[in-house]
Amino acid sequence: MPTVAPLDLEGHVVGVAFLKDIPFFAGAAGTIHRLDQGHKTTELHDGLLSLAYDEATDTLLTGGEDGKVMRVSADGTASLVAETPRKWISQVAAGPQRAVAYAFGKTSYVRLADGTTKEFPEERTVEGIAFAPKGLRIAVARYNGVSLHWVGIAGQPLDLEWKGAHTGVTFSPDGRFVVTSMQENALHGWKLDAKPGAEARHMRMTGYPAKVKSLSWSAKGKWLASAGAPAAIVWPFQGKDGPMGKAPLELGTRGNTMVTTVACHPAEDIVAIGYEDGMILAARLADSKEVLLRRPGKGAVTAMAWNRTGRQLAFGSAAGDCGVVDLAG
Amino acid sequence: MTETTTQKPIPVTVLTGYLGAGKTTLLNRILSENHGRKYAVIVNEFGEIGIDNDLIVESDEEIYEMNNGCVCCTVRGDLIRVVEGLMRRPGRFDAIIVETTGLADPVPVAQTFFMDDDVRAKTELDAVVALVDAKHLPLRLKDSREAEDQIAFADVVLLNKTDLVSPEELERIEATVRVINPSARIYRTQRSDIDLGKVLDQGAFNLERALENDPHFLDQGEQDDHVCGPDCDHDHHHHDHDHHHHDHDHDHHHHHDHAPSPIHDVTVQSISLRGGEMNPERFFPWIQKITQTDGPNILRLKGIIAFAGDAERYVVQGVHMIIEGDHQRPWKEGEKRETRLVFIGRDLDREKLERTFKACEVQA
Repeated sequence: MPTVAPLDLEGHVVGVAFLKDIPFFAGAAGTIHRLDQGHKTTELHDGLLSLAYDEATDTLLTGGEDGKVMRVSADGTASLVAETPRKWISQVAAGPQRAVAYAFGKTSYVRLADGTTKEFPEERTVEGIAFAPKGLRIAVARYNGVSLHWVGIAGQPLDLEWKGAHTGVTFSPDGRFVVTSMQENALHGWKLDAKPGAEARHMRMTGYPAKVKSLSWSAKGKWLASAGAPAAIVWPFQGKDGPMGKAPLELGTRGNTMVTTVACHPAEDIVAIGYEDGMILAARLADSKEVLLRRPGKGAVTAMAWNRTGRQLAFGSAAGDCGVVDLAG
Repeated sequence: MTETTTQKPIPVTVLTGYLGAGKTTLLNRILSENHGRKYAVIVNEFGEIGIDNDLIVESDEEIYEMNNGCVCCTVRGDLIRVVEGLMRRPGRFDAIIVETTGLADPVPVAQTFFMDDDVRAKTELDAVVALVDAKHLPLRLKDSREAEDQIAFADVVLLNKTDLVSPEELERIEATVRVINPSARIYRTQRSDIDLGKVLDQGAFNLERALENDPHFLDQGEQDDHVCGPDCDHDHHHHDHDHHHHDHDHDHHHHHDHAPSPIHDVTVQSISLRGGEMNPERFFPWIQKITQTDGPNILRLKGIIAFAGDAERYVVQGVHMIIEGDHQRPWKEGEKRETRLVFIGRDLDREKLERTFKACEVQA
């Protein structure tokens, strides 16, 4: 088994990430921990709710119960991006050119590098934000669908409609698909290059026994891995119609233990699968071959992230037990 | 052993009531009294809550309809999110209070705690408390269905601002509340001044405790602080103990015709069913069918079931189409083994309910 560097924190871990190959662990209480020649901490929020990794700048973005949006660098220094007192910043997302999207209540905000902030009101509460892979464009998940806004262009958003509550959103890496997680144990997808109104525009991915709280695109965007079942459910997105009419892969199937977090490897078609009991497996998409990365721990796996080379995997749990798995052993 | 399985569910109290009924005053009492418990409070607007150092979260009411074709399957999306956030740092509070807006429908709030798996795993709905402004209730009932829904759905009703009405008016108001909800505990208050033990930690949705607290199901006497109005029926039950027929003599005001309430045409009705021992093979399909077909019209349902040959009392409770049941405790020696059910709702077919309920009894 690969070696594991453990770190025992107090409380729920909201997110993990590598900045300049240094593992970072964000606790719900608001402290960020990093393993940089010893355990170091940065007090960031009174209550940390959301976290996003900004690949372009190798920094972290966080949102808190204190109404603050913060940016954290690899050396642990933090800077304030925006602040709205007493509002819970439940969503943050990292965009191109240092753009930061965040949301509370029924409005999304995009703060540009020059300091200007654009507002995007919705009729319902914003439940998820994602930047498109190309162009300064955001997708906002809300009740009954997704709104697509061009940040630099005033005008009506493109409305992707599907009845029900959409609780999270992601673009495929090639920008052709938008996929949401839903309140009713399902994913919904839209093919953006299909004609509006065409039947092939919609993709329904159902059959999960639980809500899907973790999604991860494989290296080249050919697959979308998801939690919410006692196996990682991995949908094929190679074809022009996405997963429609095709069965997903089911990897790392375990009796009654739910998968809570998934993280695809940055180069290979391999997915790290984190379970409710803290166990972590890696599974290869091509042949379903599994490797145990971590034995069960104190709590459900809530966050996982690979480093750039894909040699190390950082993880955190609902009970605060975190660590780094080194595949090179 | 994960964290979720070892944590005790956090109790949740829901406060409903029209604007000006006294919710904020009650909330401030709860937060300022020296009871040694810490509360997280979910409010629609920060408003006039005077306490800074407690955990107060603002949240927009967000109704989700579920995509299962059922119109009554609604939950509050904002509560799902806020509760999830709060429960990531559980050490900060012992209980949660949800204050709803004056016009809020209490049903989606309550259903959230049964229909969302994550919320259900970590919290437990304790009770729905409705505040009623005694002075303005007649007006409220006239112009809104929500005011009636809030009372009909409540476990505890605080008849507040009693100093602003005459004793006769108060009698009429309380009688009206009793017609809308014969099952709730009613307390008369001024400036929301109430022993918090009568509002918090009620276990009204807890199958083990629910019916112990319910005046509709209490056999013995009156509650000290409860005064029956002219329409109140709940002390009549024990007069009928030897009869297995229904209590037509005092249930007349619940018939399909609207109640002859002195100040309001009540659209909510309650139907009480009493019977002997039940055949489980008939009872379970019956209650399933009733809640499936009439679920949208049922606001609350509660009952104690005596199953033939079963040494324990079986209790059920439901909201719309959601129904839960479990064994509660052994029947006591000398305790009458009878079945009692109460439905509170609209457009319920009394004749059908009575007839089909009777058909579930064990045939002598």
